[in-house]
Amino acid sequence: MTHTKQAWGTRVGLILAMAGNAVGFGNFLRFPVQAIQNGGGAFIIPYLVSFLMLGLPLLFIEWSIGRYGGSHGFHSTPFMMQSMDRRRLWKYVGVFGIFSNIGIASYYCYMESWTLAYIFHSVIGTFNGMDQHQVVQLFNDYVSIDKATLIPYEPIVFFLICLGINVFILSKGLSGGVEKVAKIGVPLLLVFGLLLAIRAVTLKAGTAGAINDSSVGLNFLWTPDFDSIYNPKVWFAAASQIFFTLSLGMGSIQAYASYLRKKDDIALNAMSAGWMNEFVEVVLGAAVIIPIAVGYLGVAKVQELAGLGGLGLGFKTIPYLFSQWGPLMATIAGVLWFGLLFFAGITSSLAMGTPVQGFLEDEFKWSRKKTALAFGLIILVIGMPTVLFFNQGVFDEYDYWTGSFALFVFAAFEAVLFAWFFGIKKGWKEINTGADIKVSRVFRFLIAYVTPVLLIIVFLGAVFTPVGNDWIAAFQGLSDGQGWAFDHESLVGKLMNNGLKEKIAVATDPAVIADLEYRLLLTNLSRLLLLTVFVGIALLVRKAYYRHKKEGRLK
Amino acid sequence: MNTGALIMLLITVSAVTAITAYFFIKVLTSKPKQEPDSYCENDDEPR
Repeated sequence: MTHTKQAWGTRVGLILAMAGNAVGFGNFLRFPVQAIQNGGGAFIIPYLVSFLMLGLPLLFIEWSIGRYGGSHGFHSTPFMMQSMDRRRLWKYVGVFGIFSNIGIASYYCYMESWTLAYIFHSVIGTFNGMDQHQVVQLFNDYVSIDKATLIPYEPIVFFLICLGINVFILSKGLSGGVEKVAKIGVPLLLVFGLLLAIRAVTLKAGTAGAINDSSVGLNFLWTPDFDSIYNPKVWFAAASQIFFTLSLGMGSIQAYASYLRKKDDIALNAMSAGWMNEFVEVVLGAAVIIPIAVGYLGVAKVQELAGLGGLGLGFKTIPYLFSQWGPLMATIAGVLWFGLLFFAGITSSLAMGTPVQGFLEDEFKWSRKKTALAFGLIILVIGMPTVLFFNQGVFDEYDYWTGSFALFVFAAFEAVLFAWFFGIKKGWKEINTGADIKVSRVFRFLIAYVTPVLLIIVFLGAVFTPVGNDWIAAFQGLSDGQGWAFDHESLVGKLMNNGLKEKIAVATDPAVIADLEYRLLLTNLSRLLLLTVFVGIALLVRKAYYRHKKEGRLK
Repeated sequence: MNTGALIMLLITVSAVTAITAYFFIKVLTSKPKQEPDSYCENDDEPR
């Protein structure tokens, strides 16, 4: 029984929307950087093993939870999970499936708006004639709000435009909005990615200012360092990358799948959408940014830039490199690159809106238009601090708590619920109902035992990350009686604000100390805001729970 | 390119491309389920 008029138009549309949900900035910016930092070509081994042991089982679990919940009339995770087991805890665990989407969309839509701004700047030729330092400075000025850019308060303007586009598409419903955009956006993204990949792998030293052939970049990325696969750090990096790239632990896959009927396939759909994301990441994502960057900057410089993350390469370096190809080609390449990132971004942010809309529709009987507007307003309010205080670390704080921590917690709980409380027997039946492929029984074993345990290990790894992510040294230190030194990026280190406190302790300039203390204040305030959002959703869920009990919809 | 890098690249890219194509073709060639199904574009009447 479903209580909504929403439906997918076609099966291909659903798969493209699911693939679009998974394909995001990380496919083009995070994956290549992770690969070069974790064993080059050998990274693909732990990466694909993680995909098979963690990624695919979780995809099956999330699609199943979604379809099962949808058949009970629920389109967001709190009551999907509650309908699978009567313990009251599950509806509060399910809150993560709304909270993460709001939290991630709040900073993700801001990033998405950068791509719109950079398409605009590519078209009007802003980057032409700029040196590398000026391109970096343009980005720094852009995110500083008060610095002069072409349009006053430019980041806010583009953020509002981006939100407006998202709200408009979401208000058109699943088949009329989200699916239509996926059917246009995903193929365009593939074409743009292919054109850029062809340009990147045909780069020749000495032409258009390049100092290296593309093969130097490809060697850098693909030369295997097989020793690296004995390092736990590389396995954590691979598992995390699989997690982020497939949009697992968010609640958006469940929301999309909740509009399927019981007899319709989820097994083949999940496989197809999952592998489509892998194609974009491994085949296209690996072929663009690194070969071009190494072609112009050399291996040493790219290694240094990669240490600062993929965003730096994508927004601070690539526009300068494109400008070496002459004004016309720079404009075309800029539109292709940032257009590709825009489509990757918007197909993901639309997926983040869907569980929020599903919850408001189910529980408050709001119309699609009203829920879309509500989502836009929520993101505007929660997201504005990431725009205004980007340089003070609010953006990173949102990313950590909603884009990492919440995902690991939620995925670990849902895997445990599905395998151990709902029961693997019922769960396996659910996966295979209506299946157009025969799912190997290996997955039954993985879902029942391996995936929940692996997720708990990965989560504990995030909580106790040792200094420098060097697990071997950390265990040696522990056995030598030196204790456990937490990395600043570990959950414990983050909670204690160790990184900031260390910087404050060594700073001597009063202005720097004041700035760091202001940063610390904003960090704590942003956590408080996120906690308030979580508690607010939990209260709404609680209220809805008692109504459902009264109506007899939940046992 | 060096041999190790070339082998890794070719094996990975061809395997991922082939598996992606295999599952997508399977989706396109699977027999549609009997109505009413989850998809509204093949409905006789709008939902």
